[in-house]
Amino acid sequence: MCESCGCAVTARHAHPHPGHAEPGSGQAVAVMAGLLALNDAEAAHNRAHFDAHRLLVVNLMSSPGAGKTALLEATITAIGGGVRIGVIEGDLETENDAARIRAKGVPAVQITTGTACHLDARMVHEALHGLDLGGLDILFIENVGNLVCPAAFDLGQHRNVTLLSVTEGDDKPAKYPVIFRAADLVVLSKTDLLAVIDDFDPGRAEAAVRNLATAAPVIRVSARRPGGLQPWLDWLTAELARVRAATPGRASERALAAEYGR
Amino acid sequence: MHEFSLCEALLRQVEAIAAAHRAQRVTMIRLRVGPLAGVEAALLERAFTLTRAGGVAEAAELVIVTAPIAIACRACGATAEVAANRLCCPACGGIDVRVTAGEELILESVELDIADDGAPAAAERKADCHV
Repeated sequence: MCESCGCAVTARHAHPHPGHAEPGSGQAVAVMAGLLALNDAEAAHNRAHFDAHRLLVVNLMSSPGAGKTALLEATITAIGGGVRIGVIEGDLETENDAARIRAKGVPAVQITTGTACHLDARMVHEALHGLDLGGLDILFIENVGNLVCPAAFDLGQHRNVTLLSVTEGDDKPAKYPVIFRAADLVVLSKTDLLAVIDDFDPGRAEAAVRNLATAAPVIRVSARRPGGLQPWLDWLTAELARVRAATPGRASERALAAEYGR
Repeated sequence: MHEFSLCEALLRQVEAIAAAHRAQRVTMIRLRVGPLAGVEAALLERAFTLTRAGGVAEAAELVIVTAPIAIACRACGATAEVAANRLCCPACGGIDVRVTAGEELILESVELDIADDGAPAAAERKADCHV
């Protein structure tokens, strides 16, 4: 895709504008630039690609083991061929998760971050080269399992989804406010286990989310129970329609090439 | 522990600024980091001491300014300082609030040793610039 747009990822938007200092010594130079300005510019570039293809891009975040990959597997099965799905998988090591997704017949690109605890916009951009965006409706980015770092990095996604499995504490949103506050949707996962777990109260979890002054819906899903995904599938359908309505397809890869070209 | 990534981004910005001003070295870097930025100041400082090695900011002091979280309620008009996990309005309990401070992750300013005409700065001049 980037043969057409040039994609020397556009650092030109990201340079802080140096203030003016007189020659001399010990000059204070006012900068006032966001520390993540470069990442944000790269994320905006990713978003432009996504919008050119009228994709819904969802960034999935949670602690390790909250069920992100299982949710995606069940989602692919439930949706069937009706909506074309692609997945970018982020992990420190192994191709395991991408292999699980590919086994479902869906294109998946694995990013192995080595020791990095989060995905950033540049890693996602590189992964996009391994996907045919024109053949997709929804792209899921499964972030590295971590409730701290992924919240700080915009990837170009349209929506953030934070999972909280019922095998974790219902006070997680109070302990990790930044990542739950970033969520457009909070998914309580593995809710089939509520029958045997008596110390997780979904009401308390939702109250802890509400204390972050966010109106993000809190939904309950089970990837293992028939019908357990319905609130999630309904949300995806609504958000896909919303993003499509906001990106009427006037942009194209050619327009991107003009905007971001060499 | 994404503080290393942040430090690398920070030093790229600082080096660009130093180059634009033809500075000999950077003596101070001032950041503003809010509690909702998801960044731990102590970890950032530790990462900085490792990341700055060998560059133009090798001897720079890192000053991190933190500010409390403040909200303004759109429903009742109240303003308040609040905790990171209690962002709703303490006056009316509403969630329709605007966070007015606490999300910052900003490079505010840098202090540079700048030579006239790109020539090395005089020794006495350097001595003046420690803050």
